[in-house]
Order: sequence, then C-alpha cells, then structure tokens
Amino acid sequence: MTEELIVHGLEWTDKLLFVYPNEFIYWSIQIVMYPYMTGLVAGAFVLSSLYHVFGQKDLKEMARFSLVFSLALLPVAMMPLMLHLQQPLRGMNVMFTPHFTSAIAAFGIVFSTYAVIVLTEIWFVYRQYFVQQTIALKGKEDLASTFKRTLYHVLTLGAYDINEEAVAKDKKAVKIMAAIGIPVAGFLHGYAGFIFGSVKANALWMSPLMPVIFIMSAVVSGIALCMLTYIIIMEWKKLMATLARGRGDESVGKIRGAEMEVIATTSRYLIMFLVAAISLEMLDLIFRGYTAMKSWDILRSVMFEEDFVKIFILQYGMGNFLPFLLLMLPGLTIRRTALALVLVLFGVFMMRWNVVIGGQAFSLSFEGFMHYHLPIIPHNLETFKEGLAGAITVIATPFILFWGINKILPSLNIVDNDL
Amino acid sequence: MSCSRRKLLKSALSASVAASLPLSAFRFLSPAECKAATGTEGTRWGFLVDTNKCVGCGFCVKACKKENEVPYDAPVTRTWVERYVVTKDSKTHIDSPMGGRDGFTDPKIRGEEIAPADIAKTFFVPKLCNQCENPACVQVCPVGATYQTGDGVVLVDRKWCIGCGYCIMACPYGVRFFHPVHKVAEKCTFCYHRISNGQQTACVDACSFGARQIGNLLDQNDPVTKIIMTERVAVLKDEYGTKPQVFYLGLDRNVR
Repeated sequence: MTEELIVHGLEWTDKLLFVYPNEFIYWSIQIVMYPYMTGLVAGAFVLSSLYHVFGQKDLKEMARFSLVFSLALLPVAMMPLMLHLQQPLRGMNVMFTPHFTSAIAAFGIVFSTYAVIVLTEIWFVYRQYFVQQTIALKGKEDLASTFKRTLYHVLTLGAYDINEEAVAKDKKAVKIMAAIGIPVAGFLHGYAGFIFGSVKANALWMSPLMPVIFIMSAVVSGIALCMLTYIIIMEWKKLMATLARGRGDESVGKIRGAEMEVIATTSRYLIMFLVAAISLEMLDLIFRGYTAMKSWDILRSVMFEEDFVKIFILQYGMGNFLPFLLLMLPGLTIRRTALALVLVLFGVFMMRWNVVIGGQAFSLSFEGFMHYHLPIIPHNLETFKEGLAGAITVIATPFILFWGINKILPSLNIVDNDL
Repeated sequence: MSCSRRKLLKSALSASVAASLPLSAFRFLSPAECKAATGTEGTRWGFLVDTNKCVGCGFCVKACKKENEVPYDAPVTRTWVERYVVTKDSKTHIDSPMGGRDGFTDPKIRGEEIAPADIAKTFFVPKLCNQCENPACVQVCPVGATYQTGDGVVLVDRKWCIGCGYCIMACPYGVRFFHPVHKVAEKCTFCYHRISNGQQTACVDACSFGARQIGNLLDQNDPVTKIIMTERVAVLKDEYGTKPQVFYLGLDRNVR
C-alpha cells in the first residue's frame, strides 16, 4: 500500500451495514490505556495519603511504596496519549496554546499540578535520607560513590538541616501535600471521565454520570493494584523469614497475621467502591433503556448482541460479580483475595475497553457497526504504537521506571527513618 | 554576598512575576478575531443541497478530491453522496461505496439485490461539512488548531494540529478524518481558497444538475438565501444544537 493510502484506523476497523465513509475506530488501545493508567496513578497516591493524612499506621510500609510507585506511574499516564497522537512532536502545543473550551486542554495544567505535588511530597519524605546519604558517602572515592554523592547532594537542594525541628517541619509539609493531593488525584481522574462524558456526538459516552463512574472505578483499580502489590511484598517477606528462621518461627506467624488483617480491612473499602461503581453503571444503563431515546435501538444492539460477551460476561461477570462473591464469602484467604484482585483489575480494564472501543462500535448514522481488531504483530510504526506491542510497552514502563527510581529512593526495605 | 534560601525563593518569585507583566500588555487574538478584523463582515457562507436534483453521478466527490488533494483512492473524503433505497416493507437500505465517487452503477446495495418491484422510493443525499454556527469540533480542539472564520467557515491549521482526534469524535456528522499524507485532522472547507476569491466551490462547479449551491446568507438578494428564506428547508441532526448551515430541500425522514 502506498503511503498516501494509509488511512488512520483502516487497518483495524471492520465496517458492518451502513457506516459513514470517514468513520473508523480512531481512538484505539492507547485511549483504553490512558484512563486505566491515570486511574492507577490516582489510586496509588490516594492509598499513600491514607497513612500520611489519616495516620493509618498499618499502611506505613505500603505508603512509602505506593508514593514512589505513583511517581513511576506518573509519566506513564501521559505515554498512551503521546503514542496515540498523529503528531506526537506537537504534543507540547497543549501547554503553549491551551484552548480552554476543550476538556483535553486542561490536561497539561491538571497533570503538572499533580506531578508537582507528588514530587514535592517525595522530596519532603526523602530529604532526611538525602542528607544522610551525602554524609555517609563522604570520603569514598570510587566512581559510583562520587556519582551517588553528587546526585544526593543536588537532591538535597542545599537543605542540610536535619535536627528534630527541621524534620518535624518536613513531616508537616508531607501531611499538607498529601492532603492537597487527594482532591487533585480525584480531579485528575474525574476529568478523564469528563473528556468522554462531554462528547455529545457519541450516544454511549454522553452522560453526566461518566466522571463519577470513572472516579469510582479508578479508586477500585488503584486499591486493587496496591493490595496486590502489598500481598506480593508481604509474601516475599514471609518467604525470606521462613528461609532464614524456619517455617515454625514466631515472626512468620506475625507477618501472616498482620498481612491478613490489613487485607481484610482494605478489601472492605474495595467492596464499598466496587458496589458504588456497579450501581452507577447500572443506573446509567437502566436510565438509557427506560428513556429509550433515538440512540437506544443501536446501543441495545451493541450491548446485548455485538458486545454482549465483553460487557456482561467479561466486565460485569468476571470483573465485578465473581470477585465480589470471592471477597464476600466467609473464610477469606490471601490466595482467594489475590485472585479476586486480579479479576477486579481485569474488570476495570474491560470497563475502559467497553467505554472507549464500545463507544465507537456503532456508526454515527445509527445504521451500522464497526469492529475493532487489535493489531497483534506490528508491521509499521502505527501498528506498533496502537497495537498489542504499544499497550505492553505502556504496562511495562512503570515497573522499569520503578526499578530505576527505587535505586535512588529506596521504598521497599528502609530502616531507621520514621517518616 | 550571602543569600538565604528564603531570599532566593522570594527574589525568584518576584522576578517571574515581573517578567510576566510585560507579556500581559499584549492581547492574544484568536484566529477568528484576526480574520474578522481583516474584513469579512457582511458574509456568512451557507450551502443549499436540493436532493430532488441529485442523480448520484459522483462528479462532486471526484472534483473535491482533486481540488483539495485528498488521495484519490483513499477511502476518506471531504464530501460524499449516500444512496437510499426504501422498500415497500419500510426498510431503508443505505450505501456510499468510496463516498459515491464513481457513481452508483451497481443496483446491488452492499451485495444485496433488491427487486425493482419491492422498491417504494429511492434517492441520493450529498453530504459535506455543515460549517455549524456552534461547531462542536472547534469547542473540543485542545490547541485551538481548528477555528471558525468571520464568514462562518470552520478551518484546520495543518501546522498546529496535534492529531488527537478529539474533533473527529465530536462531530455528529462524521465529516472529519485524518489526512493520509499530512497526518492531521481534515475536513471540507467550502473550498475556502476559491470562495474567498469569488469562485464557486469545486463540487458546485462540478454538479451539472444544480443540486449543490453556495451563497452568502447575509445577502438577502443572493439566490441561495432567497430559497432558504422562502422555501421549506431542513438541516441534518439539529438535535445536537450545532446549528448546521447546510440546508436541504426535499430531505426524507429516513436520511441519517
């Protein structure tokens, strides 16, 4: 195919019945990833704030980890957008000439505000550590130590005071940043819902409930991801303790007890938000069916025929109902919780898919359908960016970033620092 | 010289405030304001489509593609023609192969043969950008790359569009697409380069049947304005509140 015939969307769109000539699935997998990743960022930050603001002591270990992880997730919330743009090099134009009647224009501002809050909070949490490291590395002359010392030296920003009074001030600053961060994180995500909910041309998206539904499902996915990571960390600790001191040791039992308690408590919050999210989605569905506006005929055939499996089996069945049952049945175990959490994360992903792709599954003419085929094996830049490979890149990036950031800001096994 | 951190932060803050003050002395003009300032008052472009006259030859689509350099064989187009066949059992069959570029020579609709005896009515409907009074596409552009001129035409700045596709999603009429070569949002401009120079649009020129006409809605003596004012015209999808400025004569209720 010559270059001038490569029409964006043609590759992965199948048209059925009557669809306008210019209609294709323009918003593909990366736009599914975008709200999913922002949801995780917001969720991870909110969880870390629970410790800093409300002093949930049992979340101490979790708080530091989820804060640093939300930093690793931060650039990843923007990545799908950049991969999706036809002119990625002009992405910065949103900051240069924001056109404020557009819901996307505020993204740069909301996102930068949020980034500043996360970075500030992390700086206050780690300032004491930076100073300690600069002092500890003094006198070591090898290249790695010199590099590290210089880095920490710069990171202190010249603030070397670590007496009790200064550290107490740091703590207070962390608390303030975390408190401001909660509504901003909520806004960041509710606003992603507004981007979709305000498109009046799209019968499936246009709903004032959309931002609220998005916030609820974001909190659900954020809590689920943090719980899952917590379980993995605790299981790892348990394994280490078992290897070091033997299975019957007191400390192993202690870890197990503490883990179960945290998980049981957090899962109650998860269930609450899950119920809220499902109720809102059901309300939306029932309302559309009852009012039966012009678009209902086509929406009904998309939901109950074309996309039935994706919506009712994968999203509501496997992603909502099944984990709900797993978490509600008595005698909750760690293994069952872990399975439920994986299913919840999958369910939220399917919800994003069904909104973004499902919203383009029918023609604006209401007389035809479009089917999306995710490009699996890339054969050009476009099928890489907006295919399975691009989605995997987006998912893998936060973990790679976390690995790097964690070398400078250790968040998993820190001692003698009580922030 | 000693400089405390507090002092440094203070001076940095006041320096940035001072630096931004001279900038606020300038007023930012939107492209629409610029255009209006250069003298297009007294003009509001409007379009009239007489569906009774359209025979579905597709010459308008051909002319548009050539005039506006939309790749000829790409399945996207700034204007297109739809064929409607309503059968006696009240079913509507619609198609627009290649936007109707090559005319409708095949009696089959998407491979389905319809017996002439079963047909209740059949007609063609040309479509193009409605150059809405209240354009949803302009509202949602995050960078202001798409804008409305003083004489009511919605244009795209190819050098500033980031290609996010939000405008394509926002248009209820499906007139926008990504240009296969320029990789930015593309749409019908009423041939702005021609109408601003006193010419007709390419599609109007190409139509031998007078199904398409363009005129100035603010000029009461304009033949197009006269028809719109005195006859019963309809617009497409007015429920979206976009106030379309392409008017149709003989629009059927089956038209999507």
